[in-house]
Amino acid sequence: MAGRVEGKVAFITGAARGQGRSHAIRLAEEGADIIAVDLVEQIDSVPYAMATPADLDETVRQVEALDRRIVAGRADVRDYDALKTALDEGVAQLGRLDIVSANAGIFSQGRSDELPEETWRDMIDVNLTGVWHTAKAAIPHLRAAGGSMILTSSTAGLAGFENFAHYVSAKHGVVGLMRTLALELAPDMIRVNSVHPTSVDTDMIQNAMTYALFAPDLPESERTREALGPRFQTMNALPIPWVDPVDISNAVLWLASDEARYVTGVALPVDAGFTAK
Amino acid sequence: MAGRVEGKVAFITGAARGQGRSHAIRLAEEGADIIAIDLLEEIPGAPYGPATRQDLDETVRAVEALDRRIIASKADVRDYEGLKAVLDAGVAELGRLDIVAANAGISTQMAPSEELDEAIWHDMIDTNLTGVWHTAKAAIPHIKAGGRGGSLVLTSSATGLQAYPNVAHYVSAKHGVVGLMRTLALELAPDMIRVNSLHPTQVDTPMIMNEPTFRLFLPGVEHPTVEDFEPASQAMNALPIPWVEPVDISNALLFLASDEARYVTGVALPIDAGAVVK
Repeated sequence: MAGRVEGKVAFITGAARGQGRSHAIRLAEEGADIIAVDLVEQIDSVPYAMATPADLDETVRQVEALDRRIVAGRADVRDYDALKTALDEGVAQLGRLDIVSANAGIFSQGRSDELPEETWRDMIDVNLTGVWHTAKAAIPHLRAAGGSMILTSSTAGLAGFENFAHYVSAKHGVVGLMRTLALELAPDMIRVNSVHPTSVDTDMIQNAMTYALFAPDLPESERTREALGPRFQTMNALPIPWVDPVDISNAVLWLASDEARYVTGVALPVDAGFTAK
Repeated sequence: MAGRVEGKVAFITGAARGQGRSHAIRLAEEGADIIAIDLLEEIPGAPYGPATRQDLDETVRAVEALDRRIIASKADVRDYEGLKAVLDAGVAELGRLDIVAANAGISTQMAPSEELDEAIWHDMIDTNLTGVWHTAKAAIPHIKAGGRGGSLVLTSSATGLQAYPNVAHYVSAKHGVVGLMRTLALELAPDMIRVNSLHPTQVDTPMIMNEPTFRLFLPGVEHPTVEDFEPASQAMNALPIPWVEPVDISNALLFLASDEARYVTGVALPIDAGAVVK
């Protein structure tokens, strides 16, 4: 039986692990081939260990185990020419492009008046400019047959938070970019939407920096996953601390598929009711 | 292979035709059994004829052709006791309730706000807003009794997110549905019952395919046809299409009703070809 994105090709940034790997697997399960990129390198201003080449290899292994093709490479979404080269190469190999998951993102923290210049700049460059670069590189390939772009924003793209103004600003910016792209690309039947996760159970939140942010009152030795769960849970309406990467992937899948053929310009929270609260 | 809502039971209001029938069929295709109701009566001021018993019978036939069970009854969403009796009987027979599609809705007099008839205003609020509350109110105890959570999907409109002239009663009711959705989402979250709203642009059903609706979009034209209507309707959307199909709304309902959206709640989801963002 044909999958829900059977025969389509999806470009996924930040695909080495976390949500990006999950999107690659979920779309492959439903019949898509994948073009995957990741920085696979540490950015100095990011206080948790970022993905490695071995992570990206694992994504490749899991997609190929589903009998789908995957072209994976290192690319920095801040570097337009390198990103474009990687995508053009992938499209040349796989023959088409239908879906874009602009998922690559970083997280760091600091009070607005104390954020170092480099920390601010890295965040805007990756989480906002990188999304624009991803769209810009993809658009010429998508024009041929229409398509679906899904930009990963956040609850922080719809609401304010203390302690990470740069992340909030970039994620809000993604909404503006999404709406603009939706209008510009509508005549070509290219749909553009954004997904807005609450906390997702990945390395981006399961780390010492994020634990310190959400439980500053606890001694460091007591900041464990179990202790942090209830802290994250208070943000949500549904009684859960975080969602799984597959929950975001299911939303990406729906938006990527023909079931959502007329859905565009939409900011879709997958957030356990966070924004409703 | 199991369907995406296999073994679940869905309550659908306004199921005789249009979006409601489409929802019944789409959910049944994916393994759900259906409790269906419709008013089956003339609506004062509506520019289209009423759904009939034959329409509801056709919905039943289509669902049964998919080998799913369906219990269909005449009921008025404005009449809480009558609505509750029908739902209770349906749940007693089918054994559970998981999904609610509060879809029943009307479109009536189109006029500036100060010219809207009093009775017309009340009918609109009673059906398109109060009827949605009644639907949720009747369903909640059954979903809670199951202890496995559930999904309420309330049909609003692009007009529930932004305003259009000459349909103030419709816009007000559809905006109200968003407020109700958000409140229900918060109240029912501890029980893992999710609540979301759908916001279609024009949908190709009898509700819009009539001359008074065409005239709303073409105020200068005395007898506009569907050919006249098409570009005017399309001008509202970002995507170059004049309207969406009922199945497009059903596909969004299916996603929200399924476990794929197990943590999606409090969301206003447009299926609107970009109308709201334009």
